[in-house]
Amino acid sequence: MKKILALTVVLSMAAPAGVFAGGKITAAGSTTVLPITQKAAEEFMKKNKDADIVIRGGGSGVGVASIIDGTCDIAAASRAIKPAELEKASKKGRDLVAHVIAMDGISHILHPSNPVKGLTREQIKRLYTTRVKNWKEIGGPDLPVVVLSRDSASGTFEAFSELVLDKKKVRPDAIMQASNQGIASIVARTPGAIGYVGLGYITDSVRAISVDGVLPDRDAVVRNKYPIARPLFLYTAGKPEGLVKEFIDFIKGPEGRKIVEEQGFVALKK
Amino acid sequence: MNTPKERFIKLLFTAAAFSSLALLAGIIIVLFREALPVFSFVSPLAFLGGESWYPTAEPPEFGIWPLIAASAWVTGIALVICVPLGVGSALYLHELAGPRQRAVLKPVIEVLASVPSIIYGFFGMTVMAPFMQEAFGLPIGLCALTAGVILGVMATPTVASIAEDALGYVPRSFREASFALGANRWETLVKVIIPAAGSGISTAIILGMSRAIGETMTVLMVAGGAAVVPASVFDPVRPMTAAIAAEMGEAAVGGEHYHALFAIALALFLVTFVFNAAAELISRRYRLKLGLAR
Repeated sequence: MKKILALTVVLSMAAPAGVFAGGKITAAGSTTVLPITQKAAEEFMKKNKDADIVIRGGGSGVGVASIIDGTCDIAAASRAIKPAELEKASKKGRDLVAHVIAMDGISHILHPSNPVKGLTREQIKRLYTTRVKNWKEIGGPDLPVVVLSRDSASGTFEAFSELVLDKKKVRPDAIMQASNQGIASIVARTPGAIGYVGLGYITDSVRAISVDGVLPDRDAVVRNKYPIARPLFLYTAGKPEGLVKEFIDFIKGPEGRKIVEEQGFVALKK
Repeated sequence: MNTPKERFIKLLFTAAAFSSLALLAGIIIVLFREALPVFSFVSPLAFLGGESWYPTAEPPEFGIWPLIAASAWVTGIALVICVPLGVGSALYLHELAGPRQRAVLKPVIEVLASVPSIIYGFFGMTVMAPFMQEAFGLPIGLCALTAGVILGVMATPTVASIAEDALGYVPRSFREASFALGANRWETLVKVIIPAAGSGISTAIILGMSRAIGETMTVLMVAGGAAVVPASVFDPVRPMTAAIAAEMGEAAVGGEHYHALFAIALALFLVTFVFNAAAELISRRYRLKLGLAR
Protein backbone atom coordinates (compact mmCIF):
# COMPACT_ATOMS: atom_id res chain seq x y z
CA MET A 1 0.00 0.00 0.00
CA LYS A 2 2.77 2.40 0.92
CA LYS A 3 4.44 1.96 -2.44
CA ILE A 4 1.19 2.67 -4.21
CA LEU A 5 0.56 5.78 -2.17
CA ALA A 6 4.06 7.00 -2.86
CA LEU A 7 3.50 6.41 -6.55
CA THR A 8 0.25 8.35 -6.37
CA VAL A 9 1.97 11.28 -4.73
CA VAL A 10 4.84 11.31 -7.21
CA LEU A 11 2.45 11.02 -10.12
CA SER A 12 0.16 13.75 -8.90
CA MET A 13 3.04 16.15 -8.44
CA ALA A 14 4.30 15.54 -11.94
CA ALA A 15 0.88 15.96 -13.50
CA PRO A 16 0.08 18.81 -15.85
CA ALA A 17 -3.48 19.97 -16.43
CA GLY A 18 -5.80 17.20 -17.63
CA VAL A 19 -8.28 17.51 -20.47
CA PHE A 20 -11.70 18.64 -19.39
CA ALA A 21 -14.34 16.82 -21.38
CA GLY A 22 -17.27 19.17 -21.00
CA GLY A 23 -20.43 17.67 -19.55
CA LYS A 24 -19.61 14.18 -20.75
CA ILE A 25 -16.95 11.82 -19.46
CA THR A 26 -16.12 8.22 -20.23
CA ALA A 27 -14.71 5.65 -17.84
CA ALA A 28 -13.40 2.34 -19.21
CA GLY A 29 -11.56 -0.68 -17.89
CA SER A 30 -11.72 -3.35 -15.21
CA THR A 31 -14.91 -5.37 -15.05
CA THR A 32 -14.16 -5.85 -11.36
CA VAL A 33 -14.48 -2.10 -10.74
CA LEU A 34 -17.43 -1.84 -13.13
CA PRO A 35 -20.23 -2.39 -10.57
CA ILE A 36 -18.83 0.46 -8.44
CA THR A 37 -18.39 2.98 -11.26
CA GLN A 38 -21.69 2.00 -12.85
CA LYS A 39 -23.69 2.49 -9.67
CA ALA A 40 -21.75 5.61 -8.73
CA ALA A 41 -22.40 7.08 -12.19
CA GLU A 42 -26.14 6.45 -11.82
CA GLU A 43 -26.25 8.11 -8.41
CA PHE A 44 -24.02 10.94 -9.53
CA MET A 45 -26.12 11.68 -12.59
CA LYS A 46 -29.28 11.69 -10.48
CA LYS A 47 -27.80 14.55 -8.50
CA ASN A 48 -26.11 16.35 -11.39
CA LYS A 49 -28.61 16.43 -14.23
CA ASP A 50 -26.12 18.00 -16.65
CA ALA A 51 -23.49 15.33 -16.21
CA ASP A 52 -23.26 12.47 -18.69
CA ILE A 53 -21.00 9.66 -17.54
CA VAL A 54 -20.46 6.71 -19.84
CA ILE A 55 -19.10 3.53 -18.24
CA ARG A 56 -17.44 0.83 -20.33
CA GLY A 57 -15.80 -2.47 -19.35
CA GLY A 58 -13.09 -4.18 -21.33
CA GLY A 59 -10.61 -5.13 -18.65
CA SER A 60 -7.89 -3.22 -16.85
CA GLY A 61 -5.48 -3.43 -19.77
CA VAL A 62 -8.08 -1.97 -22.12
CA GLY A 63 -8.84 0.84 -19.68
CA VAL A 64 -5.21 1.83 -19.28
CA ALA A 65 -4.61 1.61 -23.03
CA SER A 66 -7.67 3.82 -23.66
CA ILE A 67 -6.57 6.52 -21.26
CA ILE A 68 -3.11 6.54 -22.80
CA ASP A 69 -4.71 6.91 -26.23
CA GLY A 70 -7.04 9.57 -24.88
CA THR A 71 -10.25 7.69 -25.68
CA CYS A 72 -11.48 7.77 -22.10
CA ASP A 73 -11.23 10.18 -19.18
CA ILE A 74 -10.99 7.68 -16.36
CA ALA A 75 -9.42 4.22 -16.50
CA ALA A 76 -10.60 1.66 -13.98
CA ALA A 77 -7.98 -0.93 -13.08
CA SER A 78 -7.87 -3.79 -10.63
CA ARG A 79 -4.07 -3.76 -10.61
CA ALA A 80 -1.33 -1.19 -10.34
CA ILE A 81 -0.12 0.28 -13.59
CA LYS A 82 2.82 -1.55 -15.20
CA PRO A 83 6.17 0.11 -15.90
CA ALA A 84 5.71 -0.47 -19.64
CA GLU A 85 2.37 1.32 -19.58
CA LEU A 86 3.81 4.17 -17.57
CA GLU A 87 6.56 4.57 -20.12
CA LYS A 88 4.05 4.57 -23.00
CA ALA A 89 1.96 7.17 -21.20
CA SER A 90 4.89 9.49 -20.67
CA LYS A 91 5.87 9.10 -24.33
CA LYS A 92 2.43 10.44 -25.20
CA GLY A 93 2.90 13.22 -22.67
CA ARG A 94 0.33 11.87 -20.25
CA ASP A 95 1.08 11.50 -16.58
CA LEU A 96 -1.28 8.99 -15.08
CA VAL A 97 -2.52 9.67 -11.56
CA ALA A 98 -3.73 6.76 -9.45
CA HIS A 99 -6.73 7.02 -7.13
CA VAL A 100 -7.33 4.05 -4.83
CA ILE A 101 -11.08 3.72 -4.38
CA ALA A 102 -11.54 0.37 -2.65
CA MET A 103 -9.99 -2.94 -1.66
CA ASP A 104 -11.03 -6.26 -3.10
CA GLY A 105 -10.37 -9.91 -2.36
CA ILE A 106 -10.06 -12.33 -5.27
CA SER A 107 -12.43 -15.09 -4.28
CA HIS A 108 -12.28 -18.60 -5.59
CA ILE A 109 -15.71 -19.97 -6.33
CA LEU A 110 -17.07 -23.46 -6.88
CA HIS A 111 -20.41 -24.94 -7.84
CA PRO A 112 -22.61 -25.16 -4.70
CA SER A 113 -22.73 -28.97 -5.01
CA ASN A 114 -18.94 -29.31 -4.75
CA PRO A 115 -18.18 -30.35 -1.15
CA VAL A 116 -14.68 -28.79 -1.13
CA LYS A 117 -14.74 -26.06 1.52
CA GLY A 118 -11.29 -24.63 1.20
CA LEU A 119 -7.98 -24.91 -0.61
CA THR A 120 -4.45 -23.78 0.07
CA ARG A 121 -2.71 -21.44 -2.33
CA GLU A 122 -0.45 -24.37 -3.21
CA GLN A 123 -3.47 -26.51 -4.19
CA ILE A 124 -4.94 -23.70 -6.28
CA LYS A 125 -1.61 -23.29 -8.00
CA ARG A 126 -1.59 -27.01 -8.78
CA LEU A 127 -5.11 -26.83 -10.20
CA TYR A 128 -4.21 -23.90 -12.43
CA THR A 129 -0.75 -24.83 -13.62
CA THR A 130 -0.69 -28.62 -13.87
CA ARG A 131 -3.02 -30.99 -15.62
CA VAL A 132 -5.07 -32.06 -12.63
CA LYS A 133 -8.00 -33.87 -14.23
CA ASN A 134 -10.11 -34.83 -11.26
CA TRP A 135 -10.89 -33.28 -7.89
CA LYS A 136 -9.87 -36.65 -6.35
CA GLU A 137 -6.25 -35.82 -7.08
CA ILE A 138 -6.26 -33.00 -4.54
CA GLY A 139 -8.47 -34.76 -2.02
CA GLY A 140 -11.87 -33.71 -3.33
CA PRO A 141 -14.84 -35.63 -4.74
CA ASP A 142 -14.76 -37.76 -7.90
CA LEU A 143 -15.55 -34.92 -10.33
CA PRO A 144 -13.82 -33.72 -13.49
CA VAL A 145 -11.99 -30.44 -12.97
CA VAL A 146 -12.95 -27.48 -15.16
CA VAL A 147 -10.52 -24.62 -14.65
CA LEU A 148 -11.81 -21.16 -15.50
CA SER A 149 -9.52 -18.20 -15.85
CA ARG A 150 -9.78 -14.63 -17.02
CA ASP A 151 -8.29 -13.40 -20.27
CA SER A 152 -4.90 -11.79 -19.98
CA ALA A 153 -6.41 -8.28 -20.40
CA SER A 154 -7.85 -8.72 -16.94
CA GLY A 155 -6.36 -7.06 -13.88
CA THR A 156 -7.92 -9.78 -11.78
CA PHE A 157 -5.88 -12.27 -13.77
CA GLU A 158 -2.69 -10.27 -13.25
CA ALA A 159 -3.24 -9.98 -9.52
CA PHE A 160 -4.17 -13.67 -9.26
CA SER A 161 -1.18 -14.72 -11.33
CA GLU A 162 1.14 -12.71 -9.10
CA LEU A 163 -0.38 -13.59 -5.73
CA VAL A 164 -1.11 -17.28 -6.30
CA LEU A 165 0.65 -18.64 -9.36
CA ASP A 166 4.00 -16.87 -8.85
CA LYS A 167 3.57 -15.80 -12.48
CA LYS A 168 3.65 -19.40 -13.68
CA LYS A 169 1.68 -20.11 -16.85
CA VAL A 170 -1.96 -21.12 -16.58
CA ARG A 171 -2.62 -24.58 -18.05
CA PRO A 172 -3.50 -24.31 -21.72
CA ASP A 173 -6.83 -26.10 -21.40
CA ALA A 174 -8.23 -23.53 -18.97
CA ILE A 175 -11.46 -21.92 -20.18
CA MET A 176 -10.88 -18.21 -20.73
CA GLN A 177 -13.60 -15.71 -20.01
CA ALA A 178 -13.64 -11.98 -20.61
CA SER A 179 -15.55 -10.96 -17.49
CA ASN A 180 -16.22 -11.73 -13.83
CA GLN A 181 -19.84 -12.28 -14.77
CA GLY A 182 -18.84 -14.86 -17.40
CA ILE A 183 -16.85 -16.82 -14.81
CA ALA A 184 -19.63 -16.67 -12.21
CA SER A 185 -22.36 -17.80 -14.60
CA ILE A 186 -20.33 -20.76 -15.91
CA VAL A 187 -19.38 -21.86 -12.40
CA ALA A 188 -23.05 -21.65 -11.40
CA ARG A 189 -23.99 -24.36 -13.93
CA THR A 190 -20.82 -26.47 -14.03
CA PRO A 191 -20.41 -28.93 -11.13
CA GLY A 192 -16.63 -29.43 -11.47
CA ALA A 193 -15.70 -25.81 -12.16
CA ILE A 194 -13.34 -23.58 -10.23
CA GLY A 195 -13.03 -19.90 -11.06
CA TYR A 196 -12.02 -16.64 -9.44
CA VAL A 197 -13.94 -13.39 -9.22
CA GLY A 198 -13.96 -10.15 -7.26
CA LEU A 199 -15.79 -10.15 -3.91
CA GLY A 200 -18.73 -8.32 -5.50
CA TYR A 201 -19.54 -11.27 -7.75
CA ILE A 202 -20.15 -13.85 -5.05
CA THR A 203 -23.84 -14.79 -5.28
CA ASP A 204 -26.06 -17.55 -3.96
CA SER A 205 -25.58 -19.62 -7.09
CA VAL A 206 -21.85 -20.11 -6.47
CA ARG A 207 -19.90 -20.88 -3.31
CA ALA A 208 -16.77 -19.04 -2.22
CA ILE A 209 -14.10 -21.22 -0.62
CA SER A 210 -11.51 -20.35 1.96
CA VAL A 211 -7.92 -19.87 0.89
CA ASP A 212 -5.23 -20.92 3.35
CA GLY A 213 -8.10 -21.31 5.83
CA VAL A 214 -9.48 -17.77 5.46
CA LEU A 215 -12.87 -17.12 3.86
CA PRO A 216 -12.94 -14.16 1.51
CA ASP A 217 -15.09 -11.52 3.11
CA ARG A 218 -15.01 -7.85 3.94
CA ASP A 219 -13.66 -8.35 7.38
CA ALA A 220 -10.77 -10.58 6.33
CA VAL A 221 -9.75 -8.11 3.64
CA VAL A 222 -9.92 -5.12 6.00
CA ARG A 223 -7.78 -6.87 8.59
CA ASN A 224 -5.34 -7.95 5.90
CA LYS A 225 -5.95 -11.62 6.74
CA TYR A 226 -7.12 -12.79 3.33
CA PRO A 227 -4.09 -13.74 1.21
CA ILE A 228 -5.38 -12.70 -2.23
CA ALA A 229 -6.42 -9.07 -1.76
CA ARG A 230 -5.60 -6.04 -3.87
CA PRO A 231 -6.52 -2.37 -4.18
CA LEU A 232 -8.83 -1.11 -6.95
CA PHE A 233 -7.79 1.99 -8.86
CA LEU A 234 -9.11 4.74 -11.01
CA TYR A 235 -6.50 6.39 -13.19
CA THR A 236 -6.73 9.85 -14.67
CA ALA A 237 -4.46 11.62 -17.13
CA GLY A 238 -3.02 14.40 -15.05
CA LYS A 239 -4.65 15.81 -11.95
CA PRO A 240 -8.40 15.35 -12.21
CA GLU A 241 -10.32 18.51 -13.02
CA GLY A 242 -13.90 19.56 -13.49
CA LEU A 243 -16.39 16.75 -13.85
CA VAL A 244 -13.72 14.03 -13.62
CA LYS A 245 -12.62 15.40 -10.26
CA GLU A 246 -16.18 15.75 -9.03
CA PHE A 247 -16.94 12.15 -9.99
CA ILE A 248 -13.82 10.73 -8.35
CA ASP A 249 -14.43 12.79 -5.22
CA PHE A 250 -17.98 11.45 -5.21
CA ILE A 251 -16.75 7.84 -5.30
CA LYS A 252 -14.21 8.53 -2.55
CA GLY A 253 -16.78 10.41 -0.46
CA PRO A 254 -19.40 8.98 1.90
CA GLU A 255 -21.92 8.13 -0.83
CA GLY A 256 -19.29 6.44 -2.96
CA ARG A 257 -18.00 4.46 0.01
CA LYS A 258 -21.54 3.30 0.67
CA ILE A 259 -21.81 2.11 -2.95
CA VAL A 260 -18.46 0.33 -2.64
CA GLU A 261 -19.73 -1.58 0.39
CA GLU A 262 -23.11 -2.30 -1.21
CA GLN A 263 -21.39 -3.83 -4.23
CA GLY A 264 -19.50 -6.18 -1.95
CA PHE A 265 -16.11 -4.47 -1.90
CA VAL A 266 -14.23 -2.94 0.98
CA ALA A 267 -14.25 0.83 1.27
CA LEU A 268 -11.15 2.65 2.40
CA LYS A 269 -11.22 4.36 5.75
CA LYS A 270 -11.43 8.10 5.47
CA MET B 1 -22.29 12.21 -71.26
CA ASN B 2 -21.67 15.77 -72.30
CA THR B 3 -22.77 18.21 -69.68
CA PRO B 4 -20.35 18.89 -66.83
CA LYS B 5 -23.07 17.72 -64.46
CA GLU B 6 -23.21 14.31 -66.08
CA ARG B 7 -19.47 14.03 -66.12
CA PHE B 8 -19.36 14.93 -62.46
CA ILE B 9 -21.92 12.30 -61.58
CA LYS B 10 -20.05 9.72 -63.60
CA LEU B 11 -16.88 10.60 -61.72
CA LEU B 12 -18.72 10.24 -58.42
CA PHE B 13 -19.92 6.74 -59.24
CA THR B 14 -16.53 5.70 -60.55
CA ALA B 15 -14.97 6.85 -57.30
CA ALA B 16 -17.56 4.91 -55.34
CA ALA B 17 -16.90 1.76 -57.34
CA PHE B 18 -13.16 2.00 -56.94
CA SER B 19 -13.26 2.96 -53.27
CA SER B 20 -13.68 -0.65 -52.18
CA LEU B 21 -10.62 -1.54 -54.21
CA ALA B 22 -8.67 1.19 -52.43
CA LEU B 23 -9.97 0.01 -49.06
CA LEU B 24 -8.96 -3.57 -49.79
CA ALA B 25 -5.50 -2.47 -50.84
CA GLY B 26 -5.21 -0.42 -47.66
CA ILE B 27 -6.25 -3.37 -45.51
CA ILE B 28 -3.76 -5.67 -47.20
CA ILE B 29 -0.92 -3.18 -46.85
CA VAL B 30 -1.62 -2.60 -43.14
CA LEU B 31 -2.02 -6.33 -42.49
CA PHE B 32 1.33 -7.16 -44.05
CA ARG B 33 3.13 -4.20 -42.50
CA GLU B 34 1.91 -4.99 -39.00
CA ALA B 35 2.15 -8.78 -39.32
CA LEU B 36 5.54 -9.35 -40.88
CA PRO B 37 7.62 -8.02 -37.94
CA VAL B 38 6.45 -11.12 -36.07
CA PHE B 39 9.07 -13.14 -37.91
CA SER B 40 11.84 -11.08 -36.35
CA PHE B 41 11.24 -12.82 -33.04
CA VAL B 42 9.67 -16.14 -34.03
CA SER B 43 10.37 -18.32 -37.06
CA PRO B 44 7.47 -18.96 -39.48
CA LEU B 45 7.58 -22.65 -38.59
CA ALA B 46 7.53 -22.03 -34.84
CA PHE B 47 4.73 -19.52 -35.32
CA LEU B 48 2.45 -21.69 -37.43
CA GLY B 49 3.40 -25.04 -35.92
CA GLY B 50 4.10 -24.16 -32.28
CA GLU B 51 1.71 -25.69 -29.79
CA SER B 52 2.01 -23.09 -27.01
CA TRP B 53 0.18 -19.79 -27.21
CA TYR B 54 1.32 -17.76 -24.19
CA PRO B 55 1.66 -14.25 -25.58
CA THR B 56 1.81 -12.53 -22.19
CA ALA B 57 3.96 -15.00 -20.26
CA GLU B 58 7.61 -14.39 -19.46
CA PRO B 59 9.13 -15.30 -21.86
CA PRO B 60 6.19 -15.20 -24.28
CA GLU B 61 5.44 -18.11 -26.62
CA PHE B 62 3.80 -17.53 -29.97
CA GLY B 63 2.68 -20.86 -31.39
CA ILE B 64 -0.66 -20.55 -33.15
CA TRP B 65 -1.18 -24.19 -34.08
CA PRO B 66 -3.85 -24.64 -31.35
CA LEU B 67 -5.72 -21.60 -32.75
CA ILE B 68 -5.49 -22.84 -36.35
CA ALA B 69 -6.63 -26.31 -35.29
CA ALA B 70 -9.52 -24.77 -33.35
CA SER B 71 -10.66 -22.74 -36.36
CA ALA B 72 -10.41 -25.81 -38.57
CA TRP B 73 -12.40 -27.96 -36.14
CA VAL B 74 -15.27 -25.54 -35.61
CA THR B 75 -15.43 -24.80 -39.34
CA GLY B 76 -15.47 -28.51 -40.13
CA ILE B 77 -18.30 -29.12 -37.67
CA ALA B 78 -20.14 -26.10 -39.10
CA LEU B 79 -19.87 -27.63 -42.59
CA VAL B 80 -21.38 -30.89 -41.38
CA ILE B 81 -24.41 -28.86 -40.29
CA CYS B 82 -24.69 -26.20 -42.99
CA VAL B 83 -24.08 -28.29 -46.10
CA PRO B 84 -26.99 -30.71 -45.71
CA LEU B 85 -29.25 -28.04 -44.23
CA GLY B 86 -28.33 -25.33 -46.73
CA VAL B 87 -28.23 -27.44 -49.88
CA GLY B 88 -31.31 -29.35 -48.74
CA SER B 89 -33.23 -26.10 -48.22
CA ALA B 90 -32.11 -24.86 -51.63
CA LEU B 91 -33.26 -28.04 -53.35
CA TYR B 92 -36.59 -27.96 -51.56
CA LEU B 93 -37.14 -24.29 -52.33
CA HIS B 94 -36.24 -24.75 -55.95
CA GLU B 95 -37.82 -28.08 -56.76
CA LEU B 96 -40.65 -28.80 -54.41
CA ALA B 97 -41.94 -25.68 -52.72
CA GLY B 98 -44.97 -24.07 -54.31
CA PRO B 99 -45.00 -20.32 -54.92
CA ARG B 100 -46.74 -19.63 -51.62
CA GLN B 101 -44.28 -21.66 -49.57
CA ARG B 102 -41.41 -19.99 -51.38
CA ALA B 103 -42.85 -16.59 -50.64
CA VAL B 104 -42.64 -17.40 -46.92
CA LEU B 105 -39.53 -19.59 -46.74
CA LYS B 106 -37.10 -17.49 -48.73
CA PRO B 107 -37.51 -14.29 -46.68
CA VAL B 108 -37.41 -16.33 -43.47
CA ILE B 109 -34.07 -17.87 -44.46
CA GLU B 110 -32.79 -14.42 -45.28
CA VAL B 111 -33.88 -13.10 -41.89
CA LEU B 112 -31.89 -15.94 -40.31
CA ALA B 113 -28.85 -14.56 -42.14
CA SER B 114 -29.39 -11.09 -40.74
CA VAL B 115 -29.64 -12.04 -37.06
CA PRO B 116 -26.66 -10.32 -35.38
CA SER B 117 -23.98 -12.80 -34.36
CA ILE B 118 -24.02 -11.68 -30.74
CA ILE B 119 -27.57 -13.03 -30.53
CA TYR B 120 -26.40 -16.41 -31.79
CA GLY B 121 -23.62 -16.22 -29.24
CA PHE B 122 -26.04 -15.42 -26.48
CA PHE B 123 -28.30 -18.25 -27.54
CA GLY B 124 -25.31 -20.58 -27.67
CA MET B 125 -24.16 -19.61 -24.21
CA THR B 126 -27.46 -19.76 -22.38
CA VAL B 127 -29.37 -22.49 -24.25
CA MET B 128 -27.09 -24.59 -26.41
CA ALA B 129 -24.11 -24.99 -24.05
CA PRO B 130 -26.18 -26.16 -21.05
CA PHE B 131 -28.08 -28.50 -23.39
CA MET B 132 -24.85 -30.03 -24.73
CA GLN B 133 -23.48 -30.34 -21.22
CA GLU B 134 -26.58 -32.26 -20.17
CA ALA B 135 -26.98 -34.31 -23.36
CA PHE B 136 -23.40 -35.58 -23.58
CA GLY B 137 -22.56 -35.52 -19.86
CA LEU B 138 -19.73 -33.06 -20.46
CA PRO B 139 -17.80 -31.29 -17.71
CA ILE B 140 -18.59 -28.04 -19.57
CA GLY B 141 -20.83 -27.16 -22.51
CA LEU B 142 -18.58 -24.51 -24.05
CA CYS B 143 -16.67 -26.58 -26.60
CA ALA B 144 -15.79 -27.03 -30.26
CA LEU B 145 -19.01 -28.95 -30.95
CA THR B 146 -21.30 -26.27 -29.51
CA ALA B 147 -19.49 -23.52 -31.39
CA GLY B 148 -19.45 -25.54 -34.61
CA VAL B 149 -23.17 -26.28 -34.46
CA ILE B 150 -24.04 -22.62 -33.93
CA LEU B 151 -21.69 -21.56 -36.74
CA GLY B 152 -23.31 -24.17 -38.95
CA VAL B 153 -26.73 -22.69 -38.30
CA MET B 154 -25.33 -19.23 -39.00
CA ALA B 155 -23.77 -20.30 -42.30
CA THR B 156 -26.87 -22.19 -43.47
CA PRO B 157 -28.68 -19.15 -44.96
CA THR B 158 -25.56 -18.20 -46.95
CA VAL B 159 -25.31 -21.69 -48.38
CA ALA B 160 -29.06 -22.00 -49.00
CA SER B 161 -29.43 -18.69 -50.72
CA ILE B 162 -26.42 -19.02 -53.04
CA ALA B 163 -27.16 -22.67 -53.84
CA GLU B 164 -30.73 -21.71 -54.67
CA ASP B 165 -29.50 -19.06 -57.06
CA ALA B 166 -27.20 -21.63 -58.65
CA LEU B 167 -30.12 -23.99 -59.22
CA GLY B 168 -32.03 -21.10 -60.74
CA TYR B 169 -29.26 -20.48 -63.26
CA VAL B 170 -29.70 -23.94 -64.80
CA PRO B 171 -31.48 -23.21 -68.08
CA ARG B 172 -35.04 -24.48 -68.53
CA SER B 173 -33.95 -26.23 -71.71
CA PHE B 174 -31.80 -28.69 -69.69
CA ARG B 175 -34.80 -29.82 -67.70
CA GLU B 176 -37.06 -29.97 -70.72
CA ALA B 177 -34.51 -32.00 -72.70
CA SER B 178 -34.22 -34.42 -69.82
CA PHE B 179 -37.97 -34.87 -69.55
CA ALA B 180 -38.18 -35.28 -73.31
CA LEU B 181 -35.73 -38.15 -73.08
CA GLY B 182 -38.09 -39.87 -70.68
CA ALA B 183 -36.30 -39.15 -67.40
CA ASN B 184 -38.55 -38.67 -64.37
CA ARG B 185 -38.29 -35.79 -61.94
CA TRP B 186 -35.85 -37.50 -59.57
CA GLU B 187 -33.56 -38.61 -62.37
CA THR B 188 -33.64 -35.13 -63.85
CA LEU B 189 -32.73 -33.60 -60.49
CA VAL B 190 -29.90 -35.99 -59.67
CA LYS B 191 -28.42 -36.51 -63.11
CA VAL B 192 -29.02 -33.16 -64.79
CA ILE B 193 -29.87 -30.27 -62.49
CA ILE B 194 -27.45 -30.96 -59.63
CA PRO B 195 -24.44 -31.68 -61.88
CA ALA B 196 -25.23 -28.59 -63.93
CA ALA B 197 -25.48 -26.46 -60.78
CA GLY B 198 -22.64 -28.37 -59.11
CA SER B 199 -20.01 -25.70 -59.24
CA GLY B 200 -22.54 -23.10 -58.10
CA ILE B 201 -23.35 -25.29 -55.13
CA SER B 202 -19.62 -25.69 -54.41
CA THR B 203 -19.35 -21.91 -54.45
CA ALA B 204 -22.17 -21.72 -51.94
CA ILE B 205 -20.41 -24.19 -49.66
CA ILE B 206 -17.08 -22.39 -49.90
CA LEU B 207 -18.68 -19.05 -49.08
CA GLY B 208 -20.44 -20.72 -46.15
CA MET B 209 -17.02 -21.89 -44.99
CA SER B 210 -15.60 -18.37 -45.16
CA ARG B 211 -18.54 -17.15 -43.14
CA ALA B 212 -17.92 -19.79 -40.48
CA ILE B 213 -14.16 -19.38 -40.24
CA GLY B 214 -14.36 -15.59 -39.97
CA GLU B 215 -17.11 -15.46 -37.39
CA THR B 216 -15.84 -13.92 -34.16
CA MET B 217 -18.40 -12.98 -31.56
CA THR B 218 -20.09 -16.36 -31.45
CA VAL B 219 -16.91 -18.37 -31.05
CA LEU B 220 -15.62 -15.92 -28.49
CA MET B 221 -18.72 -16.58 -26.44
CA VAL B 222 -19.28 -20.31 -26.88
CA ALA B 223 -16.04 -22.04 -27.88
CA GLY B 224 -14.58 -21.96 -24.35
CA GLY B 225 -11.34 -20.16 -25.20
CA ALA B 226 -8.75 -22.74 -24.17
CA ALA B 227 -5.67 -22.46 -26.37
CA VAL B 228 -5.02 -26.18 -26.64
CA VAL B 229 -5.01 -28.44 -29.70
CA PRO B 230 -8.38 -30.17 -29.43
CA ALA B 231 -8.34 -33.93 -28.96
CA SER B 232 -12.10 -34.32 -29.35
CA VAL B 233 -15.10 -32.23 -30.41
CA PHE B 234 -15.99 -31.88 -26.73
CA ASP B 235 -12.82 -29.93 -25.90
CA PRO B 236 -12.96 -26.17 -25.33
CA VAL B 237 -11.08 -24.40 -28.09
CA ARG B 238 -9.81 -20.92 -28.98
CA PRO B 239 -10.29 -20.16 -32.68
CA MET B 240 -8.09 -17.54 -34.36
CA THR B 241 -10.80 -14.89 -34.47
CA ALA B 242 -11.60 -15.32 -30.78
CA ALA B 243 -7.94 -14.99 -29.83
CA ILE B 244 -7.61 -11.73 -31.75
CA ALA B 245 -10.81 -10.29 -30.33
CA ALA B 246 -10.00 -11.26 -26.75
CA GLU B 247 -6.41 -10.08 -26.78
CA MET B 248 -6.14 -7.10 -29.10
CA GLY B 249 -7.49 -4.69 -26.51
CA GLU B 250 -4.59 -5.15 -24.17
CA ALA B 251 -1.71 -5.84 -26.55
CA ALA B 252 0.71 -2.94 -26.43
CA VAL B 253 0.68 -1.25 -29.85
CA GLY B 254 3.88 -2.15 -31.67
CA GLY B 255 4.79 -4.89 -29.19
CA GLU B 256 5.46 -8.54 -29.98
CA HIS B 257 1.97 -9.63 -28.95
CA TYR B 258 0.45 -6.96 -31.19
CA HIS B 259 2.41 -8.10 -34.24
CA ALA B 260 1.59 -11.72 -33.46
CA LEU B 261 -2.13 -10.93 -33.42
CA PHE B 262 -1.80 -9.14 -36.75
CA ALA B 263 -0.02 -12.19 -38.12
CA ILE B 264 -2.97 -14.34 -37.03
CA ALA B 265 -5.26 -11.88 -38.81
CA LEU B 266 -3.09 -12.12 -41.91
CA ALA B 267 -3.23 -15.92 -41.86
CA LEU B 268 -7.00 -15.75 -41.49
CA PHE B 269 -7.27 -13.21 -44.30
CA LEU B 270 -5.20 -15.38 -46.63
CA VAL B 271 -7.36 -18.41 -45.88
CA THR B 272 -10.64 -16.58 -46.55
CA PHE B 273 -9.07 -14.92 -49.60
CA VAL B 274 -8.19 -18.31 -51.04
CA PHE B 275 -11.71 -19.56 -50.28
CA ASN B 276 -13.35 -16.61 -51.97
CA ALA B 277 -11.03 -16.69 -54.96
CA ALA B 278 -11.77 -20.39 -55.41
CA ALA B 279 -15.50 -19.71 -55.16
CA GLU B 280 -15.28 -16.95 -57.77
CA LEU B 281 -13.21 -19.09 -60.11
CA ILE B 282 -15.54 -22.06 -59.86
CA SER B 283 -18.65 -19.99 -60.39
CA ARG B 284 -17.14 -18.27 -63.42
CA ARG B 285 -16.26 -21.60 -64.94
CA TYR B 286 -19.66 -23.07 -64.52
CA ARG B 287 -21.35 -20.07 -66.07
CA LEU B 288 -19.13 -20.58 -69.08
CA LYS B 289 -20.08 -24.24 -69.14
CA LEU B 290 -23.75 -23.35 -69.22
CA GLY B 291 -23.23 -20.68 -71.83
CA LEU B 292 -24.10 -17.96 -69.34
CA ALA B 293 -20.87 -16.01 -69.62
CA ARG B 294 -21.02 -12.27 -68.96
